[in-house]
Amino acid sequence: MDVFLQTLVAGILKGGLYALIGIGMTLIMGVMGIINLAHGQLMMVAMYITYVLHLAGVDPYISLFVAMPALFLLGCLIQRFLLNPLLKVDTILPENQVLMTVGIGMVLTEIIRFIFKSDYKSVSTGYSNATFFLGNISFSIALGISFIIAIAFTVAMFFFLIKTDIGRSIRATAQDKDAAVLMGVNTGRITIITFGLGSGLVAAAGCLLAPVYYVFPDIGGPFTARAFIITILGGLGSTVGAIFGGVTLGLAESFGATYISMDYENIIGMTIFVLVLLFLPGGFKRLTKI
Amino acid sequence: MAYFKVEKLVKYFGGLAAVNGVTFEVSQGEIFGLIGPNGSGKTTTFNMISGYHRPTSGRVLYKEREIHNLPTHRICKLGIGRTFQVVKPLGRMSVFDNVIAAAFSRCNAMQEAREKALKAIEFCGLSSVKDVLARSLPIAGRKRLEITRAMATGPDLLLLDETAAGLNPTELLEAIDLIRKIRDSGTTIIIIEHIMHVIMTISDRIHAINFGQTIAEGTPQEVAQNKDVIEAYLGTDYA
Amino acid sequence: MKKKLVALLVLAVLAFFPLVVKDNYYRHLMILFLMWVVIGSAWNLIAGYTGQVSFGDAAFFGSGAYAAGLLSTHLQVSAWWGLAIGGFVAVAVGLPFGWICFRMRGAYFALATLALNEVLRHAATIAEGFTGGMVGILIMPSFVSKVPYYYVALALAAFSMLSIHWVVHAKPGYYFVSIREDQDAAESLGIDTHFYKMLSLGIAAFWTGVAGALYMNYMGFIDPEVVFSLHDISIMAILVGIVGGVGTVYGPMVGAFLMVTVQELFRSGFFGLLKYLAIVTGSDALGVLAEAVTGAHVLGFGILVVVVILVLPNGIVGDWPKIRKSVFRMKTAV
Repeated sequence: MDVFLQTLVAGILKGGLYALIGIGMTLIMGVMGIINLAHGQLMMVAMYITYVLHLAGVDPYISLFVAMPALFLLGCLIQRFLLNPLLKVDTILPENQVLMTVGIGMVLTEIIRFIFKSDYKSVSTGYSNATFFLGNISFSIALGISFIIAIAFTVAMFFFLIKTDIGRSIRATAQDKDAAVLMGVNTGRITIITFGLGSGLVAAAGCLLAPVYYVFPDIGGPFTARAFIITILGGLGSTVGAIFGGVTLGLAESFGATYISMDYENIIGMTIFVLVLLFLPGGFKRLTKI
Repeated sequence: MAYFKVEKLVKYFGGLAAVNGVTFEVSQGEIFGLIGPNGSGKTTTFNMISGYHRPTSGRVLYKEREIHNLPTHRICKLGIGRTFQVVKPLGRMSVFDNVIAAAFSRCNAMQEAREKALKAIEFCGLSSVKDVLARSLPIAGRKRLEITRAMATGPDLLLLDETAAGLNPTELLEAIDLIRKIRDSGTTIIIIEHIMHVIMTISDRIHAINFGQTIAEGTPQEVAQNKDVIEAYLGTDYA
Repeated sequence: MKKKLVALLVLAVLAFFPLVVKDNYYRHLMILFLMWVVIGSAWNLIAGYTGQVSFGDAAFFGSGAYAAGLLSTHLQVSAWWGLAIGGFVAVAVGLPFGWICFRMRGAYFALATLALNEVLRHAATIAEGFTGGMVGILIMPSFVSKVPYYYVALALAAFSMLSIHWVVHAKPGYYFVSIREDQDAAESLGIDTHFYKMLSLGIAAFWTGVAGALYMNYMGFIDPEVVFSLHDISIMAILVGIVGGVGTVYGPMVGAFLMVTVQELFRSGFFGLLKYLAIVTGSDALGVLAEAVTGAHVLGFGILVVVVILVLPNGIVGDWPKIRKSVFRMKTAV
């Protein structure tokens, strides 16, 4: 029973982070209609920012305030100069924007590798391995803090989307781009802001993850894969779905590692992907109609 | 026995009934008009007949055969062709290639498909733009390409969805001529049209729906004088 | 008629190539070029003609390569049988995925192939007892000379292009392009879009698998990181397809030639030019640059993807009118 509860707790804590990653992806998916296959790589860049600041003695949670704006800016630039121009390109390839994000991901990874080499770096802090106990169940303090911060960002994101003008414009663009244009929404600007926000959110996830994980250039790929599995689980473009998707994936990985084998981590995600395609095309969105 | 029949057709999108119990029969060789205000469920009815939507309940019978559970391409093979209200040209293919692709639904050999396509293009009067890319056609040409393509699939029953919308007066006359010519060649037609003048001129019988439900059926004259139809189109003040 | 003559001429030149060029290095590059013609043509069929972009061609390539290798290590069957069997194994791997993904629109297929690519790489690594894991598979090459391999590769390239040429100029080709252009319209024309997408995927997976088996036979060594590589196989296949010309029969040939050259330029540091210059001039900077270039071929590929999609979205063959126009304008400006 303790093992089960322990696994459950670990899964949910991890799920909180995954939700944060998934929401960023989902925002981009909703507004641009594309899967961003550079998502994990953007997170990786944020982790290296955290790492560099850590070398300078800055706490990872403080470096949030540097990494998020930096990645917001990077995201905006990518959208403005690399993705938006593709809308005007006449091509036979239907997936050229997605392909572009693959290229961007490769470039980011290799530039980082060029600077930092392929070595594993760690951002260890006093609380990286600290735990506290509730009965027999241990909670990682770092994961607990990151869970709380992840929830805070998620809630903030919701208020932003519902209450602010820009948030409303983003939702309008996601629902119907043409109609949004007719309502006077500058959709070009909105897509830029959205990609920036998505990058900023995943940057937050990177900062939160850095103390409890290793930092290396190739970390982006697996997290891009997770992000798109979460997005597909949640139903493409559904924010609430992304939270459910994140927690589900966190739980699945956690239980898979405990009860099956650590080796199959990647295969678990893939199995979920296939099962969703088979039995729940459209993801959780289809069940909840959110 | 009915040639074509739609029976108590119902389609819900979420909680909204787009079509709610529409029933009508079409006899072979007639031009059957389907009218109604915007959003009354005409195109949804077409989409159910041609297999793009599954009806929530009700049946579609073609030559005594239930077809509402068949996939779209099977329905085409059975001999029901359709055009789209929002035209869907195969943009980067030439007009000729568009029609060849359609003609392949009844044959496998290239030569045969080309001949069939040529015949359809000539029949519908598109010969002059045969080698033009479909996406560079003006709207009248695209509407006509829709009809040509549908004809090349060798339909016995043709569903025309607003093929006259957006045409100028000359093009309208040509379109009416073409539709009559298609009927005279032995194809039964169900047509959705907003331009009253067109639908009243060419239809043998008309079926009017509003809010997904039947409000009238009869000859053009009967329907034109029907109180509910006038109300649906012009509001209660005119009825 | 003129096109046929050009094709025959190219074939003749290729057939005489190893008789004229005795240098094994160039023969090796040509074999790689021919292998990429096969892969590029196959990718182009499913992506360029049918509009279903595969992001994980390595899944098929690797399946074919492993099929050939495993035949040889487990059943002591000549790996050459893998040429046929590898193709069918790739089809068996690809079709179930296509069957699931093609029911849905959008990027599902692209993502699923990418996922398939990753999963197979992990599977091949984990299943050590069966596949040899990270160690990979080593077989004895059948020939010392490169010439037999060259002609096998040439035959495969010619057959794959012929078969694809034949398919796209017949009924299936018209159906593929119709699906790419508008799926709803295609359905209304009596096209079983699901079936024809599967057909297109089947042919593409087959040829990619065959190319994988050829690779196994020719190189004599494979491991998961090589044949299931996202960058060196999947992305390379996309680049070969795009650079040459999306939706054109001969585009992949141009693409394969350019991309193999580019790959080699990176690998060899511009054919050793940089290193040579560094030694001659005694400049440390050039030496560092030479090392950087050889190490940075993935970066180069990434930049190529970005630039090609922006500037040459339909490839050199597809965008030829545009290229000619801009070059012509430059000339008149001068």
